[in-house]
Amino acid sequence: MEKSEVITGCKVVIIGGSAGSLNALMQILPEIPKIKDFAMVIVLHRKSTDDQTLEDLISLKSNVPLKTVEDKTPLVPGFVYVAPSNYHLLFEKNDFLALDTSEKINFSRPSIDVSFESAAEIYGESLVGILLSGSNTDGTAGLQAIQAHGGTLVVQNPLAAEMPFMPNNAILYTEPHFVLHNHEILKLIISINSPND
Amino acid sequence: MIEDIELETLINDVYEYYGFDFGSYSRASLKRRVNRLFHLDGFTHFHEFLSRVRYDPEYYKRMVDEITVNVTEMFRDPSFYRVLRNEILPLLGTKPFIRLWHAGCSTGEEVYSMAIMLKEAGLLHKSLIYATDINASVLETAKKGIFPLRMMKEYSENYRDAGGQEDFSNYYIANYGIAKFNEELAEKMVYSQHNLVSDTSFNEFDLILCRNVLIYFDNDLQKRVINLFDESLAVLGFLALGTKETIKYSISPTKYKQFEKEKIWRKVK
Ligand SMILES: C[S@@+](CC[C@H](N)C(=O)[O-])C[C@H]1O[C@@H](n2cnc3c(N)ncnc32)[C@H](O)[C@@H]1O
Repeated sequence: MEKSEVITGCKVVIIGGSAGSLNALMQILPEIPKIKDFAMVIVLHRKSTDDQTLEDLISLKSNVPLKTVEDKTPLVPGFVYVAPSNYHLLFEKNDFLALDTSEKINFSRPSIDVSFESAAEIYGESLVGILLSGSNTDGTAGLQAIQAHGGTLVVQNPLAAEMPFMPNNAILYTEPHFVLHNHEILKLIISINSPND
Repeated sequence: MIEDIELETLINDVYEYYGFDFGSYSRASLKRRVNRLFHLDGFTHFHEFLSRVRYDPEYYKRMVDEITVNVTEMFRDPSFYRVLRNEILPLLGTKPFIRLWHAGCSTGEEVYSMAIMLKEAGLLHKSLIYATDINASVLETAKKGIFPLRMMKEYSENYRDAGGQEDFSNYYIANYGIAKFNEELAEKMVYSQHNLVSDTSFNEFDLILCRNVLIYFDNDLQKRVINLFDESLAVLGFLALGTKETIKYSISPTKYKQFEKEKIWRKVK
């Protein structure tokens, strides 16, 4: 852990999760008052036929306003974005999102690795990657990419995860700056870019 | 991962040596695809890969085939097909003759889905379905109408969700892991290579489908392609895009009316 307790200069917080992550997210997200200076992107494994239910749930529960992701949607600070079902979510230069229907990765589309790797390339040190509960290995390679590009790695404490396999795997193969319980993840997100609070 | 500058060099070389312009493709996806091929084919230095592409036209062909994303499904997004079946086809059915164009049809799953719906609506006999792609290999697959048998369970569920009432397995013959679709479905299909970046309009259509192709293009190229579709569409014809794509930024909104909440637009003038 070389990073100080407060993260500054963050442009994007990207959160990945699979089985069991929705509950964790629902403990964290509704408690975030608002975010400034950075955008939040959520990549959850979801059914390919799930159309809008996840977006509807998040926009209902979250104080941070949601922007629906379509092709080439601009990524604007202060908003939350959700990777749509049946597409991989990618990041382009000049702050916009792109979609891709290529093969599933880790049996998943959206895949957390794909989005984390792409975000790491574009946002480097100004990226915070958070990996939550799940029962496969998706996310680990993505966190490795974020690490290689100097971003901040946060992993849900496996003890707090409904499905500890995914966080455990990440802890095994990366060097997370933070391994946190849900309420600590919340505190961390609220403190981002606010060194004096 | 390959470097941005390497990708740009490749794009320039391909343009110089083969005249094909990948310059307007979305970089994030393109970079992943090139990176994937580079490692798949066991290259260690990018300059080796570059000279192979430059001097070996066969390899260049392989590269184009591999970096285009060809993933497709039958009846992908069943709700979209339900609207086609219930709302659009009845409108087209009043015409003496129906011309359709699948642009970026890949291996043809979408085209066979359409043929099945046209047949069930009693319209296939008076339809002509043009299906084009830049990738010659996928067109060969599409012409054969042979898809993996293991996909049929999912496709028949999609078919049902899209309002299909028949026994889906009547549409193909299962054999050694493959499903060969009835040749009757293919009778009204015409496959040919067409490049949306550089080729022009070749006919007038009543329905153009171009789904999950524009996501690979940047905004400028999207605009050009939408205008190509506009030139190729009869007045009161329909344009259908993928569920996350839009014409909003590409063409005057007074010219097109969106069909409810679907990614289907009707050319009104
Ligand atoms: C993801 S597939 C879409 C298949 C199908 N329409 C669907 O939605 O399931 C994209 C297709 O666009 C084709 N494509 C890419 N660039 C193209 C171009 N410049 N002109 C024509 N087709 C192109 C690719 O070869 C590929 O088959």
